[in-house]
Amino acid sequence: MSKKNEEYDFKWCPGCGDFGVRRALEMAMIDRLEETGLPIENNVVVAGIGCSGNLVHLLEGSQPYGFHGIHGRSLPISLGVKMARPELNVVVVAGDGDFLSIGGEHIGPQAARNLNVCAVIMDNGVYGLTKGQSSPTTKLGEITSSTPFGKIESQLNPLELYLTLGVSFIASGFSGQVRPLAKLITQGMEHKGFSIVHVQSPCTTYNDTFELLKGNVQKGIEPGLWEVPEDHDTSDKGAAQQLLQQGGVPVGVLYDDTFRPSMDQQVEQMWARAEPKTVQELVDAFEF
Amino acid sequence: MEMRDFVVRFAGEGGQGVVTSAEGLAQAATQVGYHALTFATFPSQILGGPTWTQARIAVDAILSPGDDVDVLVAFNQDAYDEHNSEVRDEGVIIFNSNEFQLEGDSRGFGLPFDELARSTGNNRAANMVIIGALAHLVDMPQRYLEEFVSKRFTRGRSGDEEIIRSNIEAMTLGRDHISESGLALGALAAPNPPDFAQIMLKGNEALALGALAGGLDFYVGYPISPATTILIYMERNLVGEGKFAHQVSSEIESITAILGAGFAGKKAMTATAGPGFSLMSEGLGLGWIAEIPLVVVDVQRGGPATGLPTKTEQSDLMACMFPAHGDVRMPVIAVGTVEECFYGAIKALTWSERYQGPVILMTEMSLAERVQNIAKPDLSQVEDRRRQVYEGTNGYHRYAGLELSPMPIPGNPGAYVANGSEHDDMGDTTHLASRHIQMTERRFGKLKLLEEDEYERDNVEESIAIMPWGGSKGPALEAYNQLKASGVPVGWYYTMYLNPLPPKLLEELKKKDLVIVPELNYQGQFASILRSQGVKAEAITQYTGLPFKVRDLVKRVTEVTEAVRKEAAGV
Repeated sequence: MSKKNEEYDFKWCPGCGDFGVRRALEMAMIDRLEETGLPIENNVVVAGIGCSGNLVHLLEGSQPYGFHGIHGRSLPISLGVKMARPELNVVVVAGDGDFLSIGGEHIGPQAARNLNVCAVIMDNGVYGLTKGQSSPTTKLGEITSSTPFGKIESQLNPLELYLTLGVSFIASGFSGQVRPLAKLITQGMEHKGFSIVHVQSPCTTYNDTFELLKGNVQKGIEPGLWEVPEDHDTSDKGAAQQLLQQGGVPVGVLYDDTFRPSMDQQVEQMWARAEPKTVQELVDAFEF
Repeated sequence: MEMRDFVVRFAGEGGQGVVTSAEGLAQAATQVGYHALTFATFPSQILGGPTWTQARIAVDAILSPGDDVDVLVAFNQDAYDEHNSEVRDEGVIIFNSNEFQLEGDSRGFGLPFDELARSTGNNRAANMVIIGALAHLVDMPQRYLEEFVSKRFTRGRSGDEEIIRSNIEAMTLGRDHISESGLALGALAAPNPPDFAQIMLKGNEALALGALAGGLDFYVGYPISPATTILIYMERNLVGEGKFAHQVSSEIESITAILGAGFAGKKAMTATAGPGFSLMSEGLGLGWIAEIPLVVVDVQRGGPATGLPTKTEQSDLMACMFPAHGDVRMPVIAVGTVEECFYGAIKALTWSERYQGPVILMTEMSLAERVQNIAKPDLSQVEDRRRQVYEGTNGYHRYAGLELSPMPIPGNPGAYVANGSEHDDMGDTTHLASRHIQMTERRFGKLKLLEEDEYERDNVEESIAIMPWGGSKGPALEAYNQLKASGVPVGWYYTMYLNPLPPKLLEELKKKDLVIVPELNYQGQFASILRSQGVKAEAITQYTGLPFKVRDLVKRVTEVTEAVRKEAAGV
């Protein structure tokens, strides 16, 4: 949506974390344009459903291509776009419900393929657009509209999940820190393989965690956010797992495997082993 | 008596060579100028389990697997018990005397397949022993078979000569053994080889080949019977620069990945069967609303859920035409022969590109595994038709108006949002009634672009007509030919295009007193769709997991036509 579209009437709530994520993504795409000279139409943003999915319509300025698909399927749609046209920069935007609940089955396969897309996940620990139901990242015991007596499912730690599944680039960020988040997204986009930038993007209406993340000295709330130490070895998965043991929300790159070839690279290598035949040769093979 | 065709059924355990024997016979026969068609049915397991394959060999083009079995080749006792009642009284039953003995059946002849094969020094020549015996039964000259063997095994390898020798010896042994029995079927008329080049292949191979000829760029799939062979063929052959074929992790990934590829400008396809098709429901709705070209092949099998995975049925038509919630009506092409598998695939891709949306290509188990000789396609006549592409500047309104509009391709100017929510002409989400009306009419209006008047018609002046669809075409046409020859007043119509129907065909059908639709499902799905379009249609149904027999169709069509005429005469 390059300029105000009167007809488009969806709005994020005031103060929604997704505003920061949107700005960071716009910055990362503009940085890429300036760096590579490739036009903005070289970017495709594949969105899921929910508050997060609407990001694709709310991007300001010059417009990338967008695909606002169906609930939970942004990853396999991005697989199709990327493997059809590996020269495109493909970004997935999704929320915690969309990506980790209904779409959870697609993370493992893309990690195994090392699909060369960057997924930016807006985690607010709640289903916002359907008005406040519990999600995989909602805390155990939390009372929500769908857990009237408290959530009995344990809270998922997405970063541990990504590490276990073999995602080759994992970063964690906060929507309130736009410039640093843009940098993480840029790193994710530049990574050759499957990258996830998991962002804490609080829902000001149903699950406002800004204070818990940033802390509040007057109320004696310690900040949940902490910087990944500069000396953290991002090639060391064990070290990343260790870091996560301290709880809270890390900010920075946790893991970066720079050696594994991406899916499009592997396919290109595979073609060297294949012996492509023309359709005429294939037809001739059935002749008798 | 000179015969124009004969039918052999091979029955035994999976892994005993039942399928290879039937296909070997078909190859040998087509090599010397006969026509061949096989019908296979498998157990849903890898090793063992009862399995059978039928091969029909004929002087003229073949329409169906054949009602009556002339020869049963029984690999074990169970196979004999199960199938001997389908062998006609004057038929022959060749049984594997290395496995069991048969007494009290005058049609029976024991042949020690394995032992005879071993005596040639080639343990794998058992099917050649059988083919030799079969050739004797129909008085097929030995030189035909020798020709086939030398051609088949001349592969430029050092062992070729020995393999040819042992195979010919095996055939001779089979022939000599059965000739002592005095059993014979009659003489098969000399072949009448066509004067054009032919290929012999399975329906699924023809479909995959057609898709490649039609310019397919991108294929993903998930293993499921009976569609898996298409995936395997694509992974081997859809390779190289700009191409992609891959096994993904579910049918949900299949449909959504081809949505991405179709959006990105590629000709994209997947193939599946019932359960996988059900999983694609939401994705197909997305393709319809976001206007993305793609093809989904449904290789039908039997029943809902897992149902009958290895049997044939035509019970997915409603699911294919109306696969998703929210007012959709997908274009459907249903193929009825191995040749149509090839050309139907090309047409499905062309349609999806032409109207910018999903197209369903329906086939079925009995076609997927059928081996048949067909005219070799002339690729110079095949066109790789692509969508209208937008070539303007940015600020384009992709979904403006009621007509099809050129499609921008990512990487180029014209960026828009392909949207699964109802949208305005830029692709942004909207809830305005006026937009939903516009976009709904736009989507349905595009179907007009697919109206093509291509269909078969015969005896058009008759007020009652037969109109099968898909794989029931063969048996129905054979039945129709018999009915016509015996003077039963009935007409014939057939098309691959089930939605939209060729407009002139629909006009003709509406004028009939009755259109009889033979179809393999309980509800009479196509008849019901025809009725909804103003045609007086009634189905002849069957739901056994097997194709129609010609004899049954002749009987049932005759009964229906007589009943209609009596009613019209007020009797």
